[in-house]
Parts: sequence; C-alpha cells; structure tokens
Amino acid sequence: MTVGGPRRASGATGNVTGASGATGNVTGASRATGNVTFRNRISGLPAPWWVYLIAAVGVTVIVLPPLALVLKTPWDTFIEQVTSQSSRDALRLSLQTAAATTVLCVLLGVPMAVVFSRHDGLLVRVIRSLVLLPLVLPPVVGGLALLYTFGRLGILGGPMREAGIDIAFTTTAVILAQTFVALPFMVISVEGALRTAGTRYEDVAATLGASPTRVLWKVTVPLVAPSVLAGLVLSFARALGEFGATITFAGNAPGVTQTAPLAIYVAAIDDPQQAIPMSLLLVLISLIVVVGVHSRRRRGVSRG
Amino acid sequence: MADLVVDIQNTVPPLRIENRFAAGSTTAVVGPNGSGKTTLLRVLAGLVPGDDDSRIALGDQVFRDRTTVVPAYRRGVAMLSQDAGLFPHLSVRSNVAFAPSAQHLSRAEVTSRVDRWMAATGIAELADRKPGQLSGGQAQRVAIARALAAQPRILLLDEPFRALDVDVAGRLRALLRTILADRSRITVMVTHDLVDAVTLADEILVIESGRVAESGPTTDVLTSPASRFTATLSGLNLFVGTADETAGVCDDAGHRVGGTAGGAVTPGERAAAAFSPRAVAIYLHAAAGSPRTMLPGTVVDVAPRGEHALVRCDVGGQSVAAEVTWAAVADLALTAGLAVELVVKAADVRVYGLAAGA
Amino acid sequence: MKKLGAVLAATALLTVAGCSSDDGDDASPGTTQPGPVTLNVSAAASLKNTFTAIAGEFEKQHDGVSVALSFDGSSTLVNQIKQGAPADVFASADEKNMNKLGDQATDPKIFATNTLVIVTAPGNPKGIASFADLNKEGVTTVVCQSAQPCGNATGTVEANTGVTIKAASEEQSVTAVLTKVTTGQADAGLVYVTDAKAAGDKVATVDDPAFADVVNKYPIATVSGAANDALGKEFIELVTGAEGQKILGDAGFGKP
Repeated sequence: MTVGGPRRASGATGNVTGASGATGNVTGASRATGNVTFRNRISGLPAPWWVYLIAAVGVTVIVLPPLALVLKTPWDTFIEQVTSQSSRDALRLSLQTAAATTVLCVLLGVPMAVVFSRHDGLLVRVIRSLVLLPLVLPPVVGGLALLYTFGRLGILGGPMREAGIDIAFTTTAVILAQTFVALPFMVISVEGALRTAGTRYEDVAATLGASPTRVLWKVTVPLVAPSVLAGLVLSFARALGEFGATITFAGNAPGVTQTAPLAIYVAAIDDPQQAIPMSLLLVLISLIVVVGVHSRRRRGVSRG
Repeated sequence: MADLVVDIQNTVPPLRIENRFAAGSTTAVVGPNGSGKTTLLRVLAGLVPGDDDSRIALGDQVFRDRTTVVPAYRRGVAMLSQDAGLFPHLSVRSNVAFAPSAQHLSRAEVTSRVDRWMAATGIAELADRKPGQLSGGQAQRVAIARALAAQPRILLLDEPFRALDVDVAGRLRALLRTILADRSRITVMVTHDLVDAVTLADEILVIESGRVAESGPTTDVLTSPASRFTATLSGLNLFVGTADETAGVCDDAGHRVGGTAGGAVTPGERAAAAFSPRAVAIYLHAAAGSPRTMLPGTVVDVAPRGEHALVRCDVGGQSVAAEVTWAAVADLALTAGLAVELVVKAADVRVYGLAAGA
Repeated sequence: MKKLGAVLAATALLTVAGCSSDDGDDASPGTTQPGPVTLNVSAAASLKNTFTAIAGEFEKQHDGVSVALSFDGSSTLVNQIKQGAPADVFASADEKNMNKLGDQATDPKIFATNTLVIVTAPGNPKGIASFADLNKEGVTTVVCQSAQPCGNATGTVEANTGVTIKAASEEQSVTAVLTKVTTGQADAGLVYVTDAKAAGDKVATVDDPAFADVVNKYPIATVSGAANDALGKEFIELVTGAEGQKILGDAGFGKP
C-alpha cells in the first residue's frame, strides 16, 4: 500500500489544520487583507526591530509556496483542466462531503462541548483527551483505525456487513473519515466559549422557570453561537483538506471517494503540472475560509 | 397562600438554618461576609441541594426532603442578584418575557404580563434595547421586571442595590417597596444595608457563621439594646415611632427626632429615624440651641469604640448611642444610671417609612 | 522559563542528532567515495521480492557497497526522480513510464516482462471466472490507478475486451491492490502474475485470455547525473545477467 503521498495536498488548508484550537491562521489572513502597515498599528509602542525581521522570515516560509503555485500555473490550460470531468467530480464530491461533515460536526460536537464544559471529573478529562486525539494523530493512522473499525474486517464493520451494510469504499466512508478529523475542532471551539461564559445565565434561566432543555436552546447555545460558527468554518476547512484518512479508509474511486485532495495527488503522480490548476482552486477556497473566520473575529463578535 | 418552612443543613459551606417565612412577608437576611447568606438563597432557589437532612416546604409542597429535590425551574422562585444578569442576546422585552414564555402561557397572556411589569418598573420605553445599551440602574429595573413577570411565589434578592449609585438605589428601593406592598409573595432579601432592611423587610434574620444569631421583627432586632449586630450592620441608631408632618419621628411618649426624609414618608405611618452615634451630643442639662431634637435618656453603659467611647442610653425603651471622647466621659462623669439629654442635629438624620410588619 | 529552555534545548538536540545520522550519499556526481558506498535503486513495486534478493547478491559481490532500495508505483518514482530524488538506477514496470524520464534515463534495457491476473480470496468465494465477472453484482474490485503501469495495462485490457471495470478504488501501486485482497477489504483485484505467485495460498488466481495480449515490458536504466554511474551499470549487468534472470524467472516474470 502506497503511503508516500503528501499529508495534505494543498498548502493553505494544511495551515488551518496545523493551527492550534480555534484561533486559525492569522498570517494567511494578513496576506489576504493586505500588508500590515505601520499605519495600522494597534498600540503605541512598536515591537523591537528584530522581531519584525524574524516575523518576515516566518511569513515568507508560509506565503511563498502558494505564491509559487500561482506563478507556475499553466494559465492557458487552466480553465480546461479545472472544468474537466474528473476535476468537476472531485470538487463536487469534496464540497458535498465537507458540507455533510460540517453538519455532523455541529450535531455531535455541540452536545459534546456542553457535557465537557460542565464536568471536570477524571472520567471526563480522559474522554476529552481521547476526543482531541485526531488533532495530533497522523491522518493515515486515523484512516487505518477507521478501517479496522468500520472496514469489512473491522470490529463494527464485520457485524455490519452481516447486516448488509458495507461502508468501505463508499461516500459515507469519506464523510466518516472527514468527521473523525474535523470533529475535535468544533468541540474545542465551543467548549472554550462555554467555559468562559460560565453557568450564571443558566442559573438565572432556571430560577425563571426554564427547563434544562429550554435553557440549552434559548440561553446556552445562542450565547456561544459565534464560537459554533467559528468551529463550523474550521471543521469545514479541515474536512475539505482531508487526505490521509480518506485514501486509507475510503479508497480512491473517481466520483465516489476521490475528493479534490485525492484527485490532486493522483494527477501529481502522473504529471505535476496537471495538478496545479486544481491545487490553486483549493488554495482559493481555503483562503476564503480563513478570511471568513478572521473577519468575523475582527468584527468583534465578542462572546466565545 | 402558604408559609415557607425551612430547616436547611449544608456541609460546604456550613449552614444550619431553621425558619418560617410567613406568607406575604419580606424577610431581610443580614450577617457578616461569608456567613452563608448567599448560600441560603441558592438552597432556597434549588441551585444548591443542601444535605439530605434538609427540609424545605412551601405549604403542602415539598421542595426538599430526604427523598426529593425539586429542581430550581419547578419551584416558582425568582432570583435577583446585584448584577442584573440580563440575557445579553435578548432584548429587554424578550428578557422580561422569558419567564412567562417558559410557563407556556398564551402569547396574549405573555404580552399582558410583560406590559404590566414593564409599566410597573417604568421601563416601557426601553423595550427594544439590548442589555448592553442600558445603565446599571436601568438594567436592575429590567431585572426586577423580569423576576416579577415570573409571578414567583418566592422572590429572592441578593443585595440587589449594592452596585448602584446612592440615588439610583434609592429610587429602586422605593419601587420595590411599592411592589412588595401587595404582599402576594414571600420575599427573602440578603442585604448589608440597614436602609434596605428597615424600609422593605417585616422580619430580619441575622446569620453568623452559618447559623441564625437573631431573628424577629426588623426594628425590634435592630433597636434592641442587647443586639450585638446593630453595630456590625451599620453602626447607626434607629429611633422608631410615627412619622409627623415635618419629616420627624415621634415615639409614643412624645419624644421627637427631626430629620430629612429618605424616600417617600407618609405622615402617620410607622417610621424610623436613622443617625450615626457621631451625630449625637450628650448634655447633662437641656440647653437652648439650634438643634430641635432633644431626647431625655438614661446612660446604660460606656464601651470603647475605636479611640473613642460609645455611650449607650435608653430613651423611652429605645437604644440611642453617642460617640464621644474619653475626655468628655471623664468630664461629665458619665456612668450607668445617669440622666442625660441627647441632642441630634436634623441634618444628620434620615427618616424612612417602615415596612408593614417591621 | 526554565521549562521552556529545557524544551527548546531538547528540540535542538534532536534536530542535530537527526542531521548527523547521514548515510553519506550526498556526494557530487562523478567522485568516488572512500569508505562505504550506497547505491540507490528505485524499482517498481512489483519488483520488491526479486530486487531485494538481487540487491543482496550485489552486496555480497561488492564489498563495502550497500544497496538502498525504494519501491513504489513506477509513475510515482518517475516524478520523484524528475524532482531530484537521488536514484542511481531506475527499473520501471513499463516503457511508457521509463520514456517519461527522457534523456535522464541512460540506455534503457528490457530485463523482464509481466502480465496481469485476477486475484481473489482463497477458494474464490464469489465465483469469478473471467475479466467481465469483475463487474458482477456484489463484487468489490480494486485496480491500479491508470498512471501506474499495472493500471495502464488494465486500461488496455478494458479497451481490448470492451469491458470497463467499476472499481471500488484505484490504488497507487500493485502491492496496494494485492494487500486489499489479501486483507479481505476487496473481493478481487488486478495484479501481476508475479504478485499472485508471491502471495502463494493467500489468494486464488483467475486467468482470462485477454491478459496474454497485454504484456508489460520492464526496462531498467541508470539515471544520468547520479552519483554512482559505474556501480549502477554493474547492478544492471547483474539484473540482466544469468543470476538476476534466474531470480526473476523463478518469481514468474517472463523473458525480456
């Protein structure tokens, strides 16, 4: 089994995955919103000059590769390659699965965040660590683990197969793989906000006669809506860029499981030039995502 | 309407409180910091369960006993804290409507309740604002409206005016006084403020180290010479009697303390004059001078207070204390049993109408 | 701060340790190295067992030389070489991929041939009897991605027979396909006869007349500009010589 492929096929989505927690990647956004000039300085005192120098190096390391892609793009065949059948299939599949994954992340992640934020016992702390595992696990390892859970010979997959449910090699498997890696982002984002908000509003609501369910819907969740949104965006971006777990668990079949990162990988093996147009498209989508998160934070959506 | 009978035991923080809160009454809960006052409220609210030996019952309905813990949202309590705690994502109107909606009332009923209580608290024109756009006093008004819109059987107040300016607090206190006058609920109010206790509460509960140190009608407890707590609360003298036409308080024997009204005072109603011991001068004989207030009293004892002396006197059965220098004590030979005249300048006296049962 | 310093120091140490464990193969082209020499050989995945054996032979015959083998889909390897991977010798599973190297491949020679075969779980539980049967209801088939030689061959068979396989997945190397079948993830896969032979009784094989017409010729060549040109040529001689050919033949490869 070939595992020699890149962990993430496109530069910018990789950055979002690498960032810690819900903060996203500010350097990517600063490129999109223009240079940070000294006129835009927030506080009076400038940082020491050598800090700017080191920062410039760091920025170059991240910004140069996507720039290189832009410069090396074969613009004459760009449109044709990006609109080819396999490209369209891959993009459509990527967007659909990432969207489905995001919905799953909200439905599963918010309740998890609520539970984790309300309890501090040993059991909860252990479970939380396990839930955050996909953040640091190599995606391929995640894919393997999924294979041995839901694959034909997996602990759940075996019995499921007896029942006639076969997940491996299906689009469902893609969604599972993406959810596995994207869910922690949602949980972290929302749990942090819930802990900060504390329970005072829930107490007040209870004394005003609201049942626990009503408190959740009318008070708890609306108060952390901004963090749910941030988590949503991050989960979407992570799901979109997922490669290792997908190719290991879901397989690689055009139109069914060949998402954009996989299609790029396959194209890159054949002829790297062919892979660039689609890569550029993913960079663009990722950039939109990052700018979207960052500008929401700037607009001062304060709670959570 | 039923009485609220409680026998609360809690381990952390330690609390051991037995009391009967009469139907329609308002009880002030006072005590040193950390004595358990807020915990008491939280146990009554149902936010803290208390130990299994606790028993809380409102008439026939048991809120807490060995086998039951009724959760907060089913007790018909509403709680108001010193920070208004308005839901930041809802408008003022939606905040006030929160409790009626939670009771699954029809939309018409919700609207009528909301309108009624917003009118009663004078916030109708703030209806569409968000909590972030309100001043402290406005927010607390909304909080009051929100709590009352729940039409709770038990209203719990935790130092509601502490964070407000004096004049804003005064206005809100007067508002609450009007509202509580209908006596349609049991109110328990934690406060550090003598004025809160005196103007709003029929009964007062003094809590020290998690236990009830004293309890009884407000003025009895606050004016009784034996009470240690009067000093802790505010160190003020309380002279109780009937308000007269000119913002003065007369006791049954005709002794009068003149002052300025702190809030609306109706002539003829029971009232108390509050003044610091430092505003009291001791004379051995009645003297002619500008102060209109001269009270004949008998020295009860002389105790140290800081660098000075606190001379406690009995005026017609009420305790009035004066803070004077030790030199003065020696000069005037102040000892127990000595007859003296106490002079109080009206400018230093505030007169308050009392709560009905106080 | 003390803790931070300790962590930074540890990271620095690890980095230095990683850098210093070099295997000495970064010499400029053309120079001979004193001390142990590493010959880098990139070979198609289907050559894994055979080339490992041949490399062992080569090391026995050449004192102080160690052969570093890199196995992957031929197309993947071509890309790596083009982007500058340090390969001295390249063995591809078809000529198409060798041709992609163009002038970089010096004097390619065909050293073996291979044909496709179907592998299934032992006992062939799904009863697959032909190429067309791979499309049967309820059969999960995996094939190689079309850029790889095995995938290319599959495509040719599809064109010849007019049957297009509905593959559940397209893998990057023939080894990956075989693994999916031997681990039970897929019911059937298209691999080379040599892979089927190597898998022994872990799989059952099914032949089809169409396979015989599609023969992959395996070329081998030295990579120009690589460090060990002469040594590379000697390796090729071993592969094309009697010993190499015997090893290849025993594995099931056809004669060049």
